[in-house]
Formats: sequence, C-alpha cells, structure tokens
Amino acid sequence: MSIVHHLDDATLMGLAAGTLTPALAVVAASHVTWCPQCRQGLAAAEAVGGALLAGLAPVPIEREPPALPVAEPEWARPQPAEATSSAGSPGAVSSSELPPPLARLVGGSLDAIRWRPLAIGIWHHRITLDGKDSGELRLIKVSRGYGLPAHGHTGAELTLVLRGAFQDEIGRFSVGDAADLDESVEHRPVADPDTGCTCVLACERPARFHGLLPRLLQPLFGL
Amino acid sequence: MADLLRRVAEQAEPAAFRELYQTYGPRVKAYMMRCGADAATADDLVQETLLTVWRKAALYAEDRGSIATWVFTIARNLRIDRLRRELPWQELPEGRLEEASIDLPADEALYAKERQTRVGAVLAELPDEQRTVVMLSFVEGLSHSAIAEQLSLPLGTVKSRLRLAYQRIRESVGDLR
Repeated sequence: MSIVHHLDDATLMGLAAGTLTPALAVVAASHVTWCPQCRQGLAAAEAVGGALLAGLAPVPIEREPPALPVAEPEWARPQPAEATSSAGSPGAVSSSELPPPLARLVGGSLDAIRWRPLAIGIWHHRITLDGKDSGELRLIKVSRGYGLPAHGHTGAELTLVLRGAFQDEIGRFSVGDAADLDESVEHRPVADPDTGCTCVLACERPARFHGLLPRLLQPLFGL
Repeated sequence: MADLLRRVAEQAEPAAFRELYQTYGPRVKAYMMRCGADAATADDLVQETLLTVWRKAALYAEDRGSIATWVFTIARNLRIDRLRRELPWQELPEGRLEEASIDLPADEALYAKERQTRVGAVLAELPDEQRTVVMLSFVEGLSHSAIAEQLSLPLGTVKSRLRLAYQRIRESVGDLR
C-alpha cells in the first residue's frame, strides 16, 4: 500500500482532541492505522493534548484514589505488554483486509457485506452508529468505470479507499488513500475502469454543541 | 515520571500509582470539568482514567509520547465514551501502543520529554487567535463547528488556525523522528 493522499491537518487535530463526529472519527482512525505518516502526525497532535493537560490548574479531587487490592487479582495487575493485544475488545479482528476501527463495526471482510443497490453500478451499506449527531457512515461499492454524480458537501466528507481506486478532479485515490474534503469542494469521482472501487465514506451532519452537559459559553483562554 | 510509570508497570507498586494519581488526577479532573462535566462526574472519570493507567501501564511506550500525552489520550477516550457509549474508535490510540517494541533505544525517553517541552513552548508562543482555537478544541472538547459558532467565525477560519498551530508544532519536533 503506498499512500499518497492523507488526512488534512485540521482533521488530525480533531482526531487528537477527540472532537470529530463519530462517523468521521471512524474513517480518520482507519486511515491512521494504515498510514505511518499520519500516525506520526497524530502523535504530534496528541502531544498538544499532553502539554495542555500538564499545564491545567489542578482541581482537587474529592475522593480517595481507587482501591488497588493488596493481593492484586489478575484483572487489576498491569498486563505484560506481550500478553495484551486484541483480547480485550470482543469485536477485534486480528487479520483483516479492513482497518480495525472499521472492522469492529462491519467485520473483517468486505465479501460478507450485505450490499444494497443505490444506482446503476453503485451499491452501499449503511453503518449504524449510536448517539445523536453521529454523522453518516457507509460503505460504497462502485463498479468498474461507474461514477458518482458530481456533488458538493454540506459538511466535511471523508473517504477512505478499501479496494480498487477512483479518480476525480483532485487525483487518483487507491487503497489506503484518504479524500478529506470540506464543504468548498465539488467533485465527480469515477471508479477505476479495471478494478472498480470500494470505499468507506463519512459525512458530517451540521454539528451541534459538543459537550458532556450543556455548557456555558465561557471563553477560557490562556495556558 | 517515566520511572514512576515503570514502577507501576513492572512492580505493580501502589505507592507509585498513588503518586501518579496525585500528579495527574487533579489535572484530569480539571480537563473533564472544562469539557462540561460536573464535579462528581469528573471525579468518576478521574478514577476510570487512572485505573486504566494502572491496568495498561505496561503498554506505555516512551517513544510514543510523554506520560502526560498518554494520560491525555486515555482521558479523552473516556470522555468520548461517556459522551457516546460504544463509540467505535475509542480504543485506537491506546491500541497503537500495543505495537510498541519492548526494547527501546535509551534516547527515546529523552525524545518524549524533549518533545513535550518543545510542544509546550510552541503552545505558549502561539498567537492568541491560534491558541484560542487549540484550547477550545483540546481542553473544552468543542468540535470545529462549535468553535466556529462560539467565536462567530467561518468554519474554514477555525480550521486554518488549527492547521497553522499544528504546523508550528510539527516543525518544532520535526528533528525528533
């Protein structure tokens, strides 16, 4: 896999901050698991979070530290690095043609997907995400030489190629490439005439305020 | 600090854990509250964060970032998880650590420390307008659209400020791998 098209820096920052809508986060995280360059990029963005966390004014905790059993049972004992891996997450797929964040949602193989026709030469599979304002996430399969109609976007659209390739005004996108488009872009993607193209595609819905609780508008600036 | 985590990881040492808790707990609490949690919820999330640190201490790899960064990613994931149960990507950044090599070159720890120092310095020197969007994003947990709304700016402006800030960060740590 030689990846040419990467995540936008603003998307990396959003992924690191944990503020992307879930649909976008799945696709961004999927690209990152395949792309060493973006993995490094994400680490740099996460360092921002680390530095800011370290610089926050501490708020006293009103509880004792959680009890750590004296005779540590197995579950509480820090696990040796080599014994961890996928054991913890039930949906984890170890060897898969799909990146883990996506495989957790749809299984490890595109061949097992139940496709629904969308238009001539185009199939899709909608992936349900929990929660409000999660955005839209779907797999799209386009037959050789077929294309999507020209379209713009009302919000961010993020596409990751899983099989084959497509071509649009921006360039050629093959397996692992991410098309990270904002609302200003219009394009008409066409699937490769030899391979066709299967992608995962996330669209953002108009985002609402994002917070644990309705927040006060409190600009709190400065480190 | 890294040594503290090693004592947690290798010896499962409660005293070392307590020290970590005292250093990071109150900051994680501050983070959760800035993201909109009330004090009791924030206390819950602090406990969960630090218990995760305890359980996963052995997965921490110094070449991947400072301890503060690692704790941040755990706290961030728990915040998102609380926000939307079953969010599918929540495991990623910790999962990344699972690939960590066990024998690290000796200078990796230095890199992590140096990286954090430099990132902190860059953040302190950012123009106010960039620092504001970075703070709202990382500390308040606001989406880019929500930041645009709050500051009455076009979304594109918010994103370009984040990109500019990010590029400075990248440049400052570029020679550290």
